[in-house]
Amino acid sequence: MSFISRGFRGRRRDVASSSRVPPGQHVVDDFPVLSAGPTPRIPVSEWKFVVEGEIDQMKSWTWDEFRKLPTEHVTKDIHCVTKWTKLDTAWTGVSVDTIMEGVETAAEYVMAFSYGGYTTNLPLEDVTGGKAWVAYEFDGQPLHPEHGGPARLLVPHLYFWKSAKWVQGLRLVNEDQPGFWESNGYNMYGDPWREQRYWGD
Amino acid sequence: MSSRGPRLLIWQLGEVAELVPQTPRVASLVLDVPAWPGHLAGQHVDVRLTADDGYQAQRSYSIASAPEDPHLEITVERLEDGEVSPYLVGEVRKGDKVELRGPIGGYFVWTAGDPRPLLLVAGGSGIVPLMSMIRHREHTGSSNPTRLLYSSRSYEDIIYRDELDRLAAGGDGLTVAHTLTRMHPQGWQGYARRIDADMLSEVGWPKAEMPAVFVCGPTPMVESVASMLVDMGYDPASIKTERFGATGG
Repeated sequence: MSFISRGFRGRRRDVASSSRVPPGQHVVDDFPVLSAGPTPRIPVSEWKFVVEGEIDQMKSWTWDEFRKLPTEHVTKDIHCVTKWTKLDTAWTGVSVDTIMEGVETAAEYVMAFSYGGYTTNLPLEDVTGGKAWVAYEFDGQPLHPEHGGPARLLVPHLYFWKSAKWVQGLRLVNEDQPGFWESNGYNMYGDPWREQRYWGD
Repeated sequence: MSSRGPRLLIWQLGEVAELVPQTPRVASLVLDVPAWPGHLAGQHVDVRLTADDGYQAQRSYSIASAPEDPHLEITVERLEDGEVSPYLVGEVRKGDKVELRGPIGGYFVWTAGDPRPLLLVAGGSGIVPLMSMIRHREHTGSSNPTRLLYSSRSYEDIIYRDELDRLAAGGDGLTVAHTLTRMHPQGWQGYARRIDADMLSEVGWPKAEMPAVFVCGPTPMVESVASMLVDMGYDPASIKTERFGATGG
């Protein structure tokens, strides 16, 4: 690289964690909240999760039904496009593989959609094979609405805007179409290790 | 100048043309960015600093200048334990170069021509992107009724204080209400408490006016204000929020 910022030293992080921190990120201890609008309020009595689109038959679960599905506890590092990284975050949720069990589809993409109107697009293979969950607990506690509760999508290997808060369902689609942030200048895929933050990165 | 449509955001250099102290902790960096593609009011830039051993740090800063302004201005609050902000406010000198890319963010933007009344609610350095909107409004001679509610810790912490006084006295439909949350000077005529529902009712528009709403500041303040506005009957889709988490600034 050619440009050096005169007089900048920066804060060196410990070597142990630096291999876990993607380019341009820095580690934080708190859990920042970033949203484009007010926090939606969804009572669990009204909550439903659906899988729809290019499949034979739509699947849906009420909150009670969803909570009876096999759950997993996972600990992951998460990376927000606004440059913060949080290590070892603990989640409880249902694997998307469990949700997709028995679903036959030729579709290659999903659009995750949320209460309040948020959407984000992903390749189907990025939410299957043990890479994604619908999480309803963070750190052993019910997921707070500010962080996406009652439940959010969790896709830790991509920038965290792909982990749609207040998730309502997955729509299987044949073409990759931009969701909310993707339509507002952000990358279609969002790999933190290739620093794919914005369109064209 | 338009920033619509997808474009490749390349890292480019801006030269510090001027440093403008705003408050004891806050300063504006006025940058000359020859390759700047233009921006919309409300957008931000990513700034990247590189130490001589190659270590890099990146942070985002809202653009304070209007799209019509000849220079790019960012306004930065120096955070006590920050990594980047103490460099930008403290070390950087006129003539230094800063690496940045942008403009970023297509949602939290306001463009003159939007005829709706405007409600802007700012907490601390959350005023920065809203100031870009206010300046853009002035440059374009817009007259849509605009109300700013601006929360600061103290009188000395009000960023762009004189400019806001001048613009509010301009008689073009902009009103500015201040609230000070920690201390206020003797004889203070403004509000002196955290933003609450009563204050929003007094300062804000009746929901029938269906204003465009922009709220920016620390997360707890934004969450509380957005929530109160929804309770007051504002359409959630009309409320755009930008939250500044002071994370390692």
